[in-house]
Amino acid sequence: MQNEESLKKRAKAALRKEAAYGERFDLDEYSIAPKETKYTDDLKELDEKSQRTLLNVGVIPSGEGRGGSLVMVDNAISHSSVSDKEIELMPLHFAMQKHDWLKDYSWNLVPVDADKYTATSYLENANGYFIRAPKGVKTKLPIQTCLLMGSKDVSQTVHNIVIVEENARLDVITGCSTSSDVDKAMHLGISEMYVKKGGTLNFTMIHNWAEQIGVRPRTVIHLEEGATFINNYITLKAVKSIQSYPTARLTGKGAFARFNTIAVAHPGSELDLGSRVIFDAPNTKAELISRTITTGGTVIARGEMIGNEVQSKGHLECHGLVLSNKGTQRAIPILEANVDDIELTHEAAVGRIAREQVEYLMARGLSEEEAVGMIVRGFLDVGISGIPDELQKDIDETIAQIGKSAM
Amino acid sequence: MLEVKDLTVEVGGKELLKDVNFKVEKGYTNIILGPNGAGKSALLMTLMGFSGYKIVSGQILFRGEDITHMSIDERATRGIGIMTQRPPNMTGVKLKNLLKLIAGDKDMEQMAESLDMMRFMERDINVGFSGGEIKRSELLQLAAQSPCIYLFDEPESGVDLMSIDVIGSTINDLVHGDSTCPGDRKGHGKSALIITHTGKILDYIEADRAYVLCNGTIMCEGNPREMLQEIKENGYEECITCKMKKA
Repeated sequence: MQNEESLKKRAKAALRKEAAYGERFDLDEYSIAPKETKYTDDLKELDEKSQRTLLNVGVIPSGEGRGGSLVMVDNAISHSSVSDKEIELMPLHFAMQKHDWLKDYSWNLVPVDADKYTATSYLENANGYFIRAPKGVKTKLPIQTCLLMGSKDVSQTVHNIVIVEENARLDVITGCSTSSDVDKAMHLGISEMYVKKGGTLNFTMIHNWAEQIGVRPRTVIHLEEGATFINNYITLKAVKSIQSYPTARLTGKGAFARFNTIAVAHPGSELDLGSRVIFDAPNTKAELISRTITTGGTVIARGEMIGNEVQSKGHLECHGLVLSNKGTQRAIPILEANVDDIELTHEAAVGRIAREQVEYLMARGLSEEEAVGMIVRGFLDVGISGIPDELQKDIDETIAQIGKSAM
Repeated sequence: MLEVKDLTVEVGGKELLKDVNFKVEKGYTNIILGPNGAGKSALLMTLMGFSGYKIVSGQILFRGEDITHMSIDERATRGIGIMTQRPPNMTGVKLKNLLKLIAGDKDMEQMAESLDMMRFMERDINVGFSGGEIKRSELLQLAAQSPCIYLFDEPESGVDLMSIDVIGSTINDLVHGDSTCPGDRKGHGKSALIITHTGKILDYIEADRAYVLCNGTIMCEGNPREMLQEIKENGYEECITCKMKKA
């Protein structure tokens, strides 16, 4: 167990420590987001605009088809309910009071002094969601959570812990968004996820920020023997800057991690998105797949695989489309093998849509716009399941606009 | 149906076709013969309007309309359908989705079954397809499109013997089948322009006229079987003589 005093000391010392990557934000320009908000018993009672905001990040206000819902506005929990009684879902602060043992999980994977964003989140005692699937429990319906930015010029700090116990299975859909009147703000989000022996965590995250929002998630996933972690990350809307580099540690034999990233960088956006897998046990496997598009912004697609144990296998795939002369795509794959019996591969390609592909579809009677739209849609389709119809519609509309902007 | 007048085409600054003249009448199936590098594929690509094929002079008329400078999709929606020799890998574009888009209300299932393409519906078009599978997928798409004139670029090339039967007879069905062009009386059938190197396709479809393309220009025209026989015996030397006779 970690000593609170020493954590505090380390965090304080790191308050000015810049992150390794991404634009530097001055946190002094942002005030701490409100720690109180109106509690909503029923998400259906929210006004239509707020419900639309939730839907567009995959969160269904009626809770239909979901095992539970938690909504956080700024730094306060505004809703928490669970219909799947086998699953624990509650604000992290409640969970810390309820379970004494949770102390060992908190700030255990993500160091408080990683950078100023983690340090700030720790010192502000960030709240967030706690989700736990007990041993052997397999959820049928996903748990949904939403982190919403409700105030201007603030920094939101979030700390989430997800635990999938032995042989359990958990699906989580989490959406992050901003109220329509918030243009400038910071989102700092710490996530620590544990997938124990034989467990499966299927985690889908949809980001839908606004033009002047800075986003700094810090995520580490710890996988035990035979555990599986599937991460789907989607960000298709304009944002100022996202810098994220989630790390999966495969610590048990046969563990498997897969990261799917689909992202669009609009003019003025910088997306520095990576995923990292550390193969710390034999026979572990990972697939890192990134499909990104720039319509004028910058994409930095990082991927790193560090192989420390034998018979491990990893594949990294970064494909980037450039749909504008002003956009930038930078793919940075890193492979490191520290043992001999290991296979790590990568495949990276950046460039425009091949003209012959567009013309192939036009020869079947599709307009140029339809053809580009179809290719873009196919490019971004990495087979993410469980996306609600409303979000799918929103994704389709965004893709249609991208198709138009590529003309 | 299709009329090409004095067509001169450049690719990458190099003249590949010069003063090409020919016709495909309503209900006719014409073939183009010619040695490698004669410009046969370039001719078909130009007719469809693919980029990179620059029309320097001349005219393409389709059903009386000048389509010389129309975009590819405008030509396609007017009723021109093509099967190129090497279509691109369409990563991410599933055959099922494209078919749905081009077929509209038409039910393509029976056609897909007869071409043994049902198991390719969820696959990305052409990605990892064999030669025969590409051709069958192209035919399925063309059937969905149902054009008035079919342009086939060596439909028999790169295809195993088992597939060639299916491909040959499907081409015949498509061209001589029931469906008609909008505005046409039933029974006319459709038109086709087929590039063939070996003439193998003539085992499956009756052709009306053959053109020989040499060095970017039409050297002679005549009865398909006679001309094919002549070429088999004498090679393409003969077509130059033919041109001289014409002059």
